[in-house]
Amino acid sequence: MNVYVVLKQTFDTEEKVVLQDGRVSEEGVKFVINPYDEYAVEEAIRIKEAAGGTVTVVSVGPERTAEALRTALAMGADEAVLIADDRIPADEYALSRVLAAFFADQAYDVVLGGNFSVDNGAGQVAVRLAELLGIPHVSSVTKLELSGGEAAVQRDAEGDLETLAVRLPALFTAQQGLNEPRYPSLPGIMKAKKKPFRQLTLDDLSVTPEQIAARTARAELFLPAPRQAGRVLEGELPAQAAQLVQLLRTQSNVL
Amino acid sequence: MAEQMTEKVLGGSFVIADPDYRTIVTPDELTEEQRMIAETTADFVEGDVLPVDEELEKLDYELTVKLMKQAGELGLLGADVPEAYDGLGLDKVSSTLISERLAKASSFALSIGAHVGIGTLPIVYFGSAEQKKKYLPSLATGAKIAAYCLTEPSSGSDALGAKATARLSEDGKHYVLNGTKQFITNAGFADVFIVYAKVDGKEFSTFIVERTMEGVSVGPEEKKMGIKGSSTRPLILEDVKVPVENLLWEVGKGHLIAFNILNIGRFKLAVGCLGGAKEAIQLSSRYANERTQFGKPIASFPLIGAKLAEMNVRTYVLESMVYRTAGLMDTGLGGIDHDSPEAGKQSAKAIAEYALECSINKVFGSETLDFVADEGVQIHGGYGFIQEYKIERIYRDSRINRIFEGTNEINRLLIPGTLIKRAMKGELPLMQKAQALQAELLQLVPGQTFEGTLEEETHLLAMAKKIFLMAGGAAVQKFQLKLEQEQEVLSHLADMMIQIYALESALLRTKKRIDKLGEEKAGLAVAMTRVFAQEAFEKIESLARETLAAVDTGDMLRTQLSVLKKLTRRTPVNTVELRRQIAARVIQSETYVC
Repeated sequence: MNVYVVLKQTFDTEEKVVLQDGRVSEEGVKFVINPYDEYAVEEAIRIKEAAGGTVTVVSVGPERTAEALRTALAMGADEAVLIADDRIPADEYALSRVLAAFFADQAYDVVLGGNFSVDNGAGQVAVRLAELLGIPHVSSVTKLELSGGEAAVQRDAEGDLETLAVRLPALFTAQQGLNEPRYPSLPGIMKAKKKPFRQLTLDDLSVTPEQIAARTARAELFLPAPRQAGRVLEGELPAQAAQLVQLLRTQSNVL
Repeated sequence: MAEQMTEKVLGGSFVIADPDYRTIVTPDELTEEQRMIAETTADFVEGDVLPVDEELEKLDYELTVKLMKQAGELGLLGADVPEAYDGLGLDKVSSTLISERLAKASSFALSIGAHVGIGTLPIVYFGSAEQKKKYLPSLATGAKIAAYCLTEPSSGSDALGAKATARLSEDGKHYVLNGTKQFITNAGFADVFIVYAKVDGKEFSTFIVERTMEGVSVGPEEKKMGIKGSSTRPLILEDVKVPVENLLWEVGKGHLIAFNILNIGRFKLAVGCLGGAKEAIQLSSRYANERTQFGKPIASFPLIGAKLAEMNVRTYVLESMVYRTAGLMDTGLGGIDHDSPEAGKQSAKAIAEYALECSINKVFGSETLDFVADEGVQIHGGYGFIQEYKIERIYRDSRINRIFEGTNEINRLLIPGTLIKRAMKGELPLMQKAQALQAELLQLVPGQTFEGTLEEETHLLAMAKKIFLMAGGAAVQKFQLKLEQEQEVLSHLADMMIQIYALESALLRTKKRIDKLGEEKAGLAVAMTRVFAQEAFEKIESLARETLAAVDTGDMLRTQLSVLKKLTRRTPVNTVELRRQIAARVIQSETYVC
C-alpha cells in the first residue's frame, strides 16, 4: 500500500499572532505540523503498520518546512518530499496544481491530508488535488478502514456521521478523532535523518509560474478587534429586547 | 556543535583562563534532532504524565513503573546508554534537554532521574562487557528499574564510613553482603540495586544486586517533606549471595565509582533544578498577571516585577552554566570506547576532570531553584501556601536538592579543595598565576571607562578572577596544609568560584547570542548579564573582604584591603531600571525568556 500524506507546517496553536510591516511576524515562532495533517500522518503510519508499504510525506512550503517533514519521518514515515520555490504563490489553486504535477508520476493507493490548516483555514488544497488527479475524495474523516482495494469511511458531516464506501485510489482528509498521533520516539528521531529526503523546485516538476498564477489576492490583513468586556442590559425585559435589537443594528452591524 | 570544541578545556581552568565565547556550548544553537528530542520529552510529560499527576503524587508504584516503561519505549531512558546495548548513546546536551524537560513531572522526574543517572550509569561507565550486555538493554527500555545505594543510617556525607560488608564465599563464587542502605530512591519497585559495601570490612567496592536475590528486602516508605511521589525506602541486605561476576569494576574501586557517578548526579541535579525554575517562573508570571489587587494586576507593581526579573536572571545564568558544562562533559566522555577494558579507568578520568564544575552546578542549581521557588510562593501570596497551587509543591520539592547528591556544604568544601589538589599535582598553573598576580597588584590600576556592550562586565569578570586568586593565595599561604580545617574560608573561596563560573557562563553565552542575533535581539540577555555581573561582583567583593580579614591582620591586612579596593573600583549600574526592563518581558511572555 503506497500512502502519501500532503502536509503543511503551521504556527503552533499556542503562538500569539503578531503583525509586523503588514505581515504575520514569524520571529521566534514555534512551527509544528498542522494538527489535522498530524492525524493524517498518524493514519498513514498505521495503514503501513497494518498492511505494509511505504509512507511518503509531501509539502509545498518554505525551507523551514523541512523540520515538519522530518518530524513526520521521525514519527515513522519513510520518505519526504519538499517542494520549495519562491515562485509558488500562497494560493490554494496554485498549491494544488503544484502537488498535482508532483503526483502525476507517483503510484499511490491512498492520499491523506488534513481537514484544513489552522492558519489560513481554507480547507481546499487536498480536495482540489483529488479533483485534479481524478480520484474520489472524502473529507473530514473520523474512521478509515481499508480492505480489498476499497475504503470504508466514516466522516463528520457537520456534526452528523456519514458512512461511505470508496474505491481506491482515493484521497481523504483527517478530522479530529480519527486517531491519537504518536510522539516521535528518540530512535525515530535519530533514524529520520537517514531517510530519503528530496527537495524539488518548479523546474523539477516542469511547471511554469504562469501555469500557477494565483487566483486569489489578499486585500487586507488585520487582527481581530480585542474582545470588549460584556455589557449587561438593564430594565424591563421588553425594553431590554428592544435595546438589544438596536445595539445589534447600530454597534455590531449583525443585523 | 561538537566541532567547535577543538581544544580540551581543563577542569577548573576557568579561574585562571580567559576562554573564547565561541568555544562554549550554549542552549541557543541546538540541532534539529535535539529540538525534536526536547519536544518529544515535553509532549510526553504534558500528554501522559501530568494528567495523572495527582495519582503519582500519592505514590502509586504501578503507575510510576508503567509510565517509566512508556518513557523507555520513547527512548527517554536510553540517552546515556551506548547504542551497542540498545540505548541511543546521545551527547550530553541531548540528555540534558531530556532531564530538563522532564522536571515538570515533579517526583516522577526524580524516579526517572535516579534510574537513568546514578542507577544505570555505574554499569555504563564501569561495567564489564558481560554486565553491560546483561543489564543495560533492560535498563534502557525500562523493563528493569535501577536504584543507587550509597547512604547508610550512620554514613551520609562520610560515604566511605559505610558499614555494609561483603565477604567472599569459600568457594570463591559469591560475595556475601550484609548491611542496611538508607533513603534509597526507587527502592519500592527497583529491580537492580547498585550497592556499595566493604570487602572484608575494608575495601570499598560496588556490586550489582538484584531484588530477587535471597536476603534482599526493603524497609517502609519514608514520610518525606517533599518529592512525595517518589519511593524512598531502606534496602536491607541479609547474607545476600551476590555472584562474583556482579562485582562492578574491581575490589577497592568503589570510591572512584561512587564519587564519579555522584559527579554526574550532581550535574543532572542542576539540570532538574533548571527545569523546575523555569516552571516556577511560568506559574508565577501567569499568576501575577491574573491576580488583581488595588484594581490592577499585581504584575504591574514594580516590586513583583523585580522578583520575576530576578528569578528570570538567575535562571538564565543557571541555564548558561548547565549547557556549558554539558558541552565540557561531551568533550571528555564522547571519546570513550565502551568496549575497551580500560573503559572504566577512562570514564573515571573523564568525569573527574570536571568534578569541580559539577559541584558548582549542584550548589548554584539547587540554590537558584530554592530562591526562585521561594519568590514564586511569595508572588502567589496566601495562595502560594495552599496545596492546590503547584508552586507550593515546587517549594517543598526544591528543599531536598541542597541535601542529596552531597550536601551543598560538602560540595563547597570540594570545590576549592579539588582546585588546590589539581594545582598541587601540576595539572593547573594556579600557583604561577597567583605569583604573577602579586607583582601586578602592586602596580597602579588605571581608571577605566567602558563604552562597548558588556565591556564593563568583561572587566568585572577579569577583576573577580584576580580577587579570587588574591584571596585564595593569601589563604593557602597562611594555612598551607591546614587549610582543609578552615571550612569557612574554603566555603568563601567556593562561593567566589561559583559566582565566577556563573558570571562567565552567562557572559560568554550572551556574547555568542550577540554574535548570532545582533545586539538588539540579544538585548534581554545583555540586560540580564549586566544585572548578574553586579550581583556576583558584590558578593565576590564581600566574600574576599571577609576571607582576607580571616587570614591576615594589621599592616598586611590593610595592604590587602587597599589592593582589593583598587580591584573593585567601579561605578554602580542602575540595576533597578534593568530589572524593570527584564520584568516587562517576563510579564509579557508569561514564561522564562531570554
